[in-house]
Amino acid sequence: MKAVVTVMLKHGVLDPQGKAIGQALNHLGFDQVGEVRAGKIIELELTETDPAAAKVAAEDMARKLLANTVIESFKVEIAA
Amino acid sequence: MKAAILLFPGINRERDMVLAVRQSFAQEPQIVWHKETELPAGIDLVILPGGFSFGDYLRCGAMAAHSPIMRAVKDHAARGGYVLGVCNGFQILTEAGILPGALLRNASLRFLSMDTVLSVERADTVFTNHWQKGATFRAPMAHGDGNYNADEETLNRLEGENLVAFRYADQNRNGAARDIAGIFSPNLRVLGLMPHPENLVDPLMGGIDGKPLFDALAAA
Repeated sequence: MKAVVTVMLKHGVLDPQGKAIGQALNHLGFDQVGEVRAGKIIELELTETDPAAAKVAAEDMARKLLANTVIESFKVEIAA
Repeated sequence: MKAAILLFPGINRERDMVLAVRQSFAQEPQIVWHKETELPAGIDLVILPGGFSFGDYLRCGAMAAHSPIMRAVKDHAARGGYVLGVCNGFQILTEAGILPGALLRNASLRFLSMDTVLSVERADTVFTNHWQKGATFRAPMAHGDGNYNADEETLNRLEGENLVAFRYADQNRNGAARDIAGIFSPNLRVLGLMPHPENLVDPLMGGIDGKPLFDALAAA
């Protein structure tokens, strides 16, 4: 069972990397790009076979390590 | 005061700390590998030095915060033990929840490798009592993620309870909230700061601006 954890900075937290990416895209001619926020995706292969249990476990992992909940939010998706 | 210096893979400033402790404490500090589960007997001060523990993978200090030795460090702090975290050490302390807030990427995205000037916000702690309140001193910076941040409630609490240890006095180059360069725990026995006082403790280094911090600890 694969868990995909997406970690993003919380709204309101300054994202200078996102800002730099946005500026670079503008320089490349993509004028339609406004605010940019960059995060990370962590894919976990779990031995768990029950999707609900896998989700709970992945959320626990996200809270304990994968995301710093002071400044980041996360979401977990389970793929077969 | 007996000092132990923690060593995680990727830490690179432990020898600077050994030197600073030797100069001020006239003792040889113990170096403790991160995989140990206990601190040596009789340790009063645990120091977390700077560097790039675990390559800053995931987030700075995120992995180190879960190293086996950190359980003992948390217990030591809970018992009223002294802890000093510098740079990556400060990051590890916030990731471990021993100090509040988080250190984000510098607002300018530039790695800062230069001196800054810090102001001493209170001089009545074991770390700062060799300075006067309001004193300023030079400290070298070497960080890409020194932008201290916390939610408004936490920042207001830190200010209200007088737990800000040092502020950037000349220029805030990393964007840290309220110009915060370092903070104390509520019992004033845990200090985390981003700049490196240990790198100005001998005239040969270019100054002794950071020596009062170590002298104060040694005299405690």
